[in-house]
Amino acid sequence: MTRVLVDNVSVEFARHREAPQIALTNTNLEIEQGEFVCLLGPSGCGKSTLLNVVGGLVEASTGLIKVDGRSVSQPGPDRGMVFQNYSLYPWHTVRQNIEFGPKLNRWPKVKVSEIANELIEIVGLKEYADQFPKVLSGGMKQRVAIARALAMEPSVLLMDEPFGALDAQTRSRMQELLLDIWSRKRTTVIFVTHDIEEAVYLADRVLVMSARPGRIIEDFRIELPRPRVADVVASEEFTRYRKHMLHLLRH
Amino acid sequence: MNSELKTAGVSQRRPRFLIKVQTYLRPRANLPASERMTISVVGVLGFFLLWLLVTEAGWIQPFFLPSPIAVASRLANMVVSGGYLEDVWASSYRVFGGFFVAAVVAVPIGILIGNFPFFRSLLEPLLSTARYLPATAFVPLMIIWLGINESQKISIVFMGTFFPLALFIASISEGVSSDLMNSAYSLGASSRQVFFKVLLPACVPAIVDALRITAGIAWTYVIVAELVGADKGMGIAILQSQRFLLTDQVIAGIVAVGILGVLTDLAFRYAHRKFFPYMY
Ligand SMILES: Nc1ncnc2c1ncn2[C@@H]1O[C@H](COP(=O)(O)OP(=O)(O)O)[C@@H](O)[C@H]1O
Ligand SMILES: [Mg+2]
Repeated sequence: MTRVLVDNVSVEFARHREAPQIALTNTNLEIEQGEFVCLLGPSGCGKSTLLNVVGGLVEASTGLIKVDGRSVSQPGPDRGMVFQNYSLYPWHTVRQNIEFGPKLNRWPKVKVSEIANELIEIVGLKEYADQFPKVLSGGMKQRVAIARALAMEPSVLLMDEPFGALDAQTRSRMQELLLDIWSRKRTTVIFVTHDIEEAVYLADRVLVMSARPGRIIEDFRIELPRPRVADVVASEEFTRYRKHMLHLLRH
Repeated sequence: MNSELKTAGVSQRRPRFLIKVQTYLRPRANLPASERMTISVVGVLGFFLLWLLVTEAGWIQPFFLPSPIAVASRLANMVVSGGYLEDVWASSYRVFGGFFVAAVVAVPIGILIGNFPFFRSLLEPLLSTARYLPATAFVPLMIIWLGINESQKISIVFMGTFFPLALFIASISEGVSSDLMNSAYSLGASSRQVFFKVLLPACVPAIVDALRITAGIAWTYVIVAELVGADKGMGIAILQSQRFLLTDQVIAGIVAVGILGVLTDLAFRYAHRKFFPYMY
């Protein structure tokens, strides 16, 4: 079943005294239910633009976006978003941050606390449930942000370089945790990164993008077996994918 | 050999206070909290000592500048037997009234300007022009409109604080991160919910700080407002003392306004810690 459909979408940004910047040109994309898709490309190639246009934060100049068959032009709870800078509500505790969406939508109290409990457990923040974000490390903050987005049980989770600000060890632990959550929840994920290893390690499909104008130049299907463990990066197949992508990104 | 001696000498024999001075002159130098405290105390004490010295030594006549001791005892006298607390109360009431109304109006208007392009286009040209109008020049106009009474004095405090406050709050609320609001939209929040559950709580701490800073302006304007047609108030008390050439009483009145300003500031700081514990 097709979850996300991007049909001939272009995005232009007005520029000061110059022709508009074509951040994304005539892009087509189909993502199946449960797929983990990475958008990979150098900085400025339009990854965030593509993600935000699906998220409804950026308006498409041409084309159409459909999620679960409904066309979208505004942000909505069917598309959970996770940003690089966490964007937690500092005046709410961890639990209140996670419960924010369901409460807003007036879900029954029992269901709200059930969902929050489950997610707090999944992201391993039981001891921090009643703390304010200020005391959390970067990795913990991002776990809260992921839990908060998942609380609305979105059709697709949109993540924009979510681990970009984390140190290497935390980052690799977060990647494992994300795969673990994904295998339990089977949510569809679109994950933006500029890190080849991260993309190959996480994804079912890696869409390699190129700049000027922003577009998808290659669609890799990653056939590495799951569940993936950290040493999959040493395998021959992994190296082959990486070489191929490196070559694409260099040219 | 000569140069060796010299270099050694430089690092060893350089006086300690020179090293200190160097530290004090380095931008963003790290000073321990205790040292910063000591410097503050030295500054304040130094000021009063200097004041005490020039007055008690007779270098300046008491008529121009009475000694701090004379001022303090005069202030105590005014409070105990001069009914000065009634003046304090009258002024505090006006400051509180004018500033309260200004805040109640400025907070929503500031947030509207900061986050809604429609209201920005509608209101900003007027407000940023009005900011340049001197509130003190409105004293005569307010007398014509309202007469000489409480509401005229309160409205001067309002005029003086409302415009800077509204623009201050506009810029604060404009600074709330878009990601914070976008994440709420993507959790299914309506415009109304984003306004009340994200935008407002996100800028309230900074708004309270803005109120604290602007409260000082309110104390300035209440004194001006009282210079015309007030029978009670800290401003008129200063003016009357001047008529009778009671310099110590003039200075005592100024000091009293300063003390109340500091108390207002402390109250705001306390409220900030109390209401926004997640920031500390
Ligand atoms: N709001 C905007 N206004 C103008 N230009 C933008 C805006 N957002 C992105 N761009 C431009 O669009 C291009 C793609 O940006 P982006 O999607 O953020 O790239 P990436 O996420 O891959 O680094 C860049 O050249 C950027 O300068
Ligand atoms: Mg980006």
